Amino acid sequence: MAEATANGLGQHGLGAGHAHEARTAAPHAEVHQEHPIKLYLVVWAWLFILSACSYMVDYFGLHGYLRWSLILIFMMLKAGLIVAFFMHMAWERLALTYAIILPPILVLVFVAMMVFEADYTLFTRLVFFGDGP
Amino acid sequence: MTHISQTTPRPAGWQGIAADWSSDQRAFKNVSWGKAMMWIFLLSDTFIFGCFLLSYMTARISTRVPWPNPSEVFALHIGGSNVPLILIAIMTFVLISSSGTMAMAVNFGYRRDRRKTAILMLLTAALGATFVGMQAFEWTKLITEGVRPWGNSWGAAQFGSSFFMITGFHGTHVTIGVIFLLIVARKVWRGDYDTGRRGFFTSRRGHYESVEIMGLYWHFVDLVWVFIFAFFYLW
Repeated sequence: MAEATANGLGQHGLGAGHAHEARTAAPHAEVHQEHPIKLYLVVWAWLFILSACSYMVDYFGLHGYLRWSLILIFMMLKAGLIVAFFMHMAWERLALTYAIILPPILVLVFVAMMVFEADYTLFTRLVFFGDGP
Repeated sequence: MTHISQTTPRPAGWQGIAADWSSDQRAFKNVSWGKAMMWIFLLSDTFIFGCFLLSYMTARISTRVPWPNPSEVFALHIGGSNVPLILIAIMTFVLISSSGTMAMAVNFGYRRDRRKTAILMLLTAALGATFVGMQAFEWTKLITEGVRPWGNSWGAAQFGSSFFMITGFHGTHVTIGVIFLLIVARKVWRGDYDTGRRGFFTSRRGHYESVEIMGLYWHFVDLVWVFIFAFFYLW
């Protein structure tokens, strides 16, 4: 917070000429993301393994809650690996990470609303049209 | 926080509003604006695809008619037997591989290895084009089998509309990504980011960070496919 305040103070003046107002960073602040190639190959391999696993869920015809939970687990693991390592979110500034990661989680509220809504639609369809096609 | 409100005098009206909103108050500090804006664009794109998957979920829950079994619909007849979802599985592996090559291209870009960066980006674009080609094959197959946005022979009519809209939008994203990959790869190959050559559209000098920002978009396309694969094809 202290840092944010300092920066907010330092940068709001329009050419007022404070000493600390000049941006300390270079005109183009580039944060280098240099990691060993091996890291990407390992993540790549894991994505292959997880994709193969989720395909196997279908191949072996698992069904019910086992199928759905496995699909969701493999999906979240893959998404996490891509965002954290390929998209470098694991090394980004927390302010950016939270600004990007938190809003999509709120979509779950929308999901819950639409589940109720869709159940109600199905209910009215069954009541008024019967359960035959 | 009161001292934040003390600013230099603002012009009245819209100019004042614009001055307030653009008064150099950076929330993301050392994150460059290009990368931050790409992330914010991707966030908005997340909501677009989120709404598509939500509408698909709503349609699938609320229909009285059984949903077509994707495992059978997307099966391919290979060697005398039907292999379930095999084309989709191959497409998944192709897209993941393209993400892998893109991640390494970003890495070599920061090491100023122009040759490897450009080659890996071209490889990424080739894999992306392969993906789009396989998707075109899949669409052709389904359309000849009589799948239409308003109906199909296996069950719920909403299957077709959900399928064409979700995969169509994703395929469009992949296609746009391939085009931009080729543009950025050309810039890398030519050494634009080393010589400081100005871009033809923005007239600004590029940086090797452009490769990473391009990579963010590409990984996002892969990320969306992870969700489409799970919810549309496997569920």
